[in-house]
Amino acid sequence: MAINVKVVQRPVDDVSYVRATLKGMARTFKHLIDPHKWTTQYPEQKEEISKRWRGTHRMLTTETGKAKCVACGLCPTVCPSNCIKLVPGEDEQGNRYPLVFEIDEFRCIFCGYCQEVCPEEAIHVGRHYENSEYSREGFVYDLERLTAQTHPVCEMWDPADPKGE
Amino acid sequence: MIPSPVFAAVHVIPDPPLPLWTFLISTVIKMIVVFTVYMVGVAMLTLAERKISAWIQGRLGPNRVGGTLGLLQPAADGVKNFMKEETLPAHVNKPLFVLAPMMAFIPALMAAAVIPFGAPWDSRWGRIPMVIADLPVGFLFILAITSLGVYGIVLAGWSSNNKYALLGGLRSSAQMISYEIAMGMSLIPVLLLAGNVTLNAIIDQQASMHIWNVLTLTISFFIFMVAAFAETNRLPFDLPEAESELIAGYHTEYSAMKFSMFPISEYANMATSSALMATLFFGGWDIPFTKQDNTTGVGFVMLLLSIAIFAVKTGFFLFVFIWIRWTLPRFRYDQLMSLGWKTMLPLALAYIVIVAAMLLGLDYLGLQRGFWYGVAMLGVNAVLVGIVFFVLDRGRVISPAYGRATPQQISRLRAVTTARSHLSPQSGD
Repeated sequence: MAINVKVVQRPVDDVSYVRATLKGMARTFKHLIDPHKWTTQYPEQKEEISKRWRGTHRMLTTETGKAKCVACGLCPTVCPSNCIKLVPGEDEQGNRYPLVFEIDEFRCIFCGYCQEVCPEEAIHVGRHYENSEYSREGFVYDLERLTAQTHPVCEMWDPADPKGE
Repeated sequence: MIPSPVFAAVHVIPDPPLPLWTFLISTVIKMIVVFTVYMVGVAMLTLAERKISAWIQGRLGPNRVGGTLGLLQPAADGVKNFMKEETLPAHVNKPLFVLAPMMAFIPALMAAAVIPFGAPWDSRWGRIPMVIADLPVGFLFILAITSLGVYGIVLAGWSSNNKYALLGGLRSSAQMISYEIAMGMSLIPVLLLAGNVTLNAIIDQQASMHIWNVLTLTISFFIFMVAAFAETNRLPFDLPEAESELIAGYHTEYSAMKFSMFPISEYANMATSSALMATLFFGGWDIPFTKQDNTTGVGFVMLLLSIAIFAVKTGFFLFVFIWIRWTLPRFRYDQLMSLGWKTMLPLALAYIVIVAAMLLGLDYLGLQRGFWYGVAMLGVNAVLVGIVFFVLDRGRVISPAYGRATPQQISRLRAVTTARSHLSPQSGD
């Protein structure tokens, strides 16, 4: 025995091997025959996700189908992972609009700050999680792709109870 | 002085030899059938393992290939394993690396040849024994062959040139050698009772006594079962694999079908051990509660019934193997050794002495080998089982390999460390 190895004095009278084993086997057998299983059969059957789920981004559009974004630059500023690329442009009327608006879904940490900070309620994080691609480049979503998303967007707070009371 | 010596207890009258062609054809058919059933059974066992583990954990298990029961899952796994890349790492000892999976796989299959799986069949071509090779040393053959399986594992660990694989191989050799002894010793009472090492004779003895060995020799059965778990490297004795400690143990470096050989041989060993437990302790193909003397040949219906009974018994033990695996945690290495050498072996030795004395005493009393002989053994056995399990259940039987150090030992060790402390100034006591 090496020195400094602490040998715990076991409660000899309470120690049980055979009884404990049998008890454990009875327990597992009970689970074995229990018809209730917890598996969700995923692609066919999906679990409901929270209304506050922050997933794949979505850019909302006006009635005319244009992105609501006014290229104010707040979201790339607030973004902690620096995943939003925004190049602002201006049309003849002096309305700002994004020339380039790209979100790298790989860099994004889905904090939802972009949605919170957006003054036009244009960019949103969505209640959606199934995004897979064949290449890394596929995860950089451009403006066209962001506006084409149709999934419901995250409700950061309950509109009926904005203060969380 | 003693009316009937122990070893003349059961007189096995050898069946008249079959004509050559009947023998050859029946043997070839039996070989093909047994091999097929065995391999399909092993494949289904992998599925059963996954299904039962899933059910125990409240999951559904594989159900995507072949219906809700996932019956084609083994086939899909097989195809996957064949399609995978065979890696041959640069640092391995190539001949041994290739040889090791075969060394593990072949002995696992060989043992199946001598296990009788049905009552002898009185066909119109003569009495055909339902065993591939009716070896006179059947039982010893099994002990010899199953222990060869360790070479596959040790060689796999050694040739991989990987520290985890080597540790797994070493553990496996130590474990299998330790438990081999307890396993052999635990079977001596069975041999004493049967007076013969042929597996058919052991079944005949149980059938003619109308009481199975598990009732008359329970402690032997208990030791054999624990040793069988250790021999097949199943939890709670899966130290050679020990995912959480050794990555995958001895088969860390293997891939594709070479890797698959190891699980297959593990399951084949499991099937052999289960069949052996059914044969040695649960009457083999003996149909329970029938007074019909099974030692002579039977008709075709009874043959099928006896095969079914044997399959049910074996299947039950396979289920127990899987059930235990998903219930008990792994032993620590020193606990494993302690259990093997300090509990199982002395227990088996003591049991041999007790059973031998008991048989001698009962023979001396002039009791005939039959049902009441068995009942007398059952009575003695019940007392022994009570004592053993009471003692085994309490106290530190499976405790660490070292005992608790006395105060003197501790102070002596302390003195050593103080004397050496100038060598390593950091290690303050």
